[in-house]
Amino acid sequence: MPSGDLIQILIYFGALAVLAPLLGFYMARVFEGKKTFLHPALSWIETTVYRLGGVDPKAEMRWRQYAWALVWFNLLGFLLVFVLQLVQKWLPLNPQGLGNVPWDLALNTAVSFMTNTNWQSYAGETTMSYGTQMLALTVQNFVSAATGIAVLLALARGVARKTSATIGNFWTDLTRSVVYVLLPLAIVLAVALVGEGVVQNLSPAVTVNTVEGGTQQIPLGPAASQIAIKQLGTNGGGYFNANSAHPLENPTPVSNFLEMLAILLLPAALVFTYGRMVTARRHAWIIAGVMLILLLAGLAGSLIAEYQRNPILGDPVNLEGKETRFGIVNSVLWSVVTTAASNGSVNAMQASLSPLAGGVALFNIMLGEIVFGGVGAGMYGMLLHVLLTVFLAGLMVGRTPEYLGKKIEAREIQMVIIAILAPSAVILVGSGVACVLPVALASLANAGPHGLTELLYAYSSAAGNNGSAFAGLNANTPFFSITLALSMLLGRFVVILPCLAIAGSLAAKKVSAKTAGTFETDTTLFAVLLIGTILIVGALTFFPALCLGPVVEHFLMGLGRTF
Amino acid sequence: MQSFKTALKVLLVMTVLTGIIYPLMITGVAQLLFPGKANGSLLLRGDQAIGSTLVGQNFSSPRYFWPRPSATNYSAMPFGAGNLGPTSQQLRTLTDARRARMQQSPHEPGRPLPWDMASASGSGLDPDISPEAAQYQVARIAMARSFDSLAVSGVMELIRTHTTAPTFGVLGEPRVNVLALNLALDSLVAERK
Repeated sequence: MPSGDLIQILIYFGALAVLAPLLGFYMARVFEGKKTFLHPALSWIETTVYRLGGVDPKAEMRWRQYAWALVWFNLLGFLLVFVLQLVQKWLPLNPQGLGNVPWDLALNTAVSFMTNTNWQSYAGETTMSYGTQMLALTVQNFVSAATGIAVLLALARGVARKTSATIGNFWTDLTRSVVYVLLPLAIVLAVALVGEGVVQNLSPAVTVNTVEGGTQQIPLGPAASQIAIKQLGTNGGGYFNANSAHPLENPTPVSNFLEMLAILLLPAALVFTYGRMVTARRHAWIIAGVMLILLLAGLAGSLIAEYQRNPILGDPVNLEGKETRFGIVNSVLWSVVTTAASNGSVNAMQASLSPLAGGVALFNIMLGEIVFGGVGAGMYGMLLHVLLTVFLAGLMVGRTPEYLGKKIEAREIQMVIIAILAPSAVILVGSGVACVLPVALASLANAGPHGLTELLYAYSSAAGNNGSAFAGLNANTPFFSITLALSMLLGRFVVILPCLAIAGSLAAKKVSAKTAGTFETDTTLFAVLLIGTILIVGALTFFPALCLGPVVEHFLMGLGRTF
Repeated sequence: MQSFKTALKVLLVMTVLTGIIYPLMITGVAQLLFPGKANGSLLLRGDQAIGSTLVGQNFSSPRYFWPRPSATNYSAMPFGAGNLGPTSQQLRTLTDARRARMQQSPHEPGRPLPWDMASASGSGLDPDISPEAAQYQVARIAMARSFDSLAVSGVMELIRTHTTAPTFGVLGEPRVNVLALNLALDSLVAERK
């Protein structure tokens, strides 16, 4: 591994370590309703949204009200995206004259963007009109991320409040996330990306006459505005089909650095926001540390795998599916952070990674998207594992477990188990069923263990709301459109609703005084137990499947077997 | 039902804010600050666009530097990557063919085959090749254009001046833009005449 690789990795994590806590503290102020330096410029937008939306920002919601508001908002958002695709042919902002999207693909895409998954079974440049990209997809990039933040805020209030019936107001959480966090960051990033060469216009594609006398169509459109938020909001749905490997979506190493930083920025910052809101800053640092350790372990494994010679091809390094300007290190770093966070954008083809690097990406998703994870979703997912760890520690010493002063009882643990098991069950049942159905197997692009990995990856990506793919799989069929849409819905809402239920029941509890027997959650011991819980849950669930996919492919590659 | 109505109203407001105002504002700023880049970094000859400096285009004549293999042969619309895995027999066959094409074309004996020329890029539109991949192709171009040794060193110099170093010395990989290099090659030939 060249020394330049290490320097790039250090710069990346250095920038993240500086920016994430600062942004986290800023967000804590925003979500507690305090004034920040952006309020003089932006507060009129917030009040305008409340006025037009008929929102009383002071009203407090019980957890069921909060959940209903969230569900209605997401359901209507889904319908809008679905319908806009079905009628895009007759709408303005369609200079390419693209036809309406078939219903099953439109359904899959609408669910995908509403659930912050951004799995794409279509090629943006030849399927979605500029109007659809802007009005349907860009909007969901913002509000699905804001929905994730809202759930985390509700959970944080559940932990922080004492004997309270309410957990905040969904509309203010949503609006503040968009107005003070997502929109300003997206504006800065979008303009910076255009400065590097990402296109941003409303003109139709240009046909150029190439030097050798051929023709080539250069796709255009409002790309930068969508790419900025798809990176920041852990959405990951590319404006173009090649996602951030496309030279007009990610033209330079600088744009690559900024887009990659944007992937982890908000998920990492929200850990610190949470720490402030529940006044447990040391605990937040411990959680951030656990996430970082898991991320770096995956990165190390992935880099070692990518720098190994593939005896079948004879290449000393694996450049298949990678771009010259990014090289090995930026492609591998991206593949690890985009799967650790539930972003799912790619700058190199995941399917062409070496078996173990692909396996790391897959395992990152299978862990439940909690290694920084999705915006908001990563932290609330991690909190489920924190509660589980506290509960297990309590069992070991025979005491009622407590978390930050709140007693953890049967109802909370039931909810935790539902939320942790649901996505895992979806992955295993989904790919298990697909494995035996000819209608599913016809979509495979690779035979042998790589084909199994394609299926596992598809259902993991959907259930984990990641959205990246082993893209050889032709998922644009009614079977995959519908089963993957179902997986995305279950993976999103069967985690969100238990989280809100936990928020409600924790908020109602008294705070019990700390005693000598209280299990501390801001110690290294806790960090070790948390890592152990995460890995044991993940490994027990997925080890057999991973063995049959990436692991066996690795050994067969060593023996020179091809399929 | 109250929350249904609020949801509908807030969704519409958010659609206007993030789906209309935001992208149009970025479009305005982009067109004002970076008109060339915002419109695809097009390269014009007269008033006709001959390509985008950022998007790779196909060169197959032995007189030009070739770009990396592309799963779609440099078609940008529609697009598709190979997505073949490391144990794919198809990928092995393809890689062997790509390698043979390079090795059978004239090249300096003993010069190692650059691996980027045996592997397809992720986008299929990679505008760049490694400097080594450019140097490997000089002998072929010299033969096709019957260059003397002076011209050959001129081409090597072109590769050197067209090599983009990692940004700030660290970010990204050293690379050569194939379209820019080929255009410079053509104007070098025109100058010598």
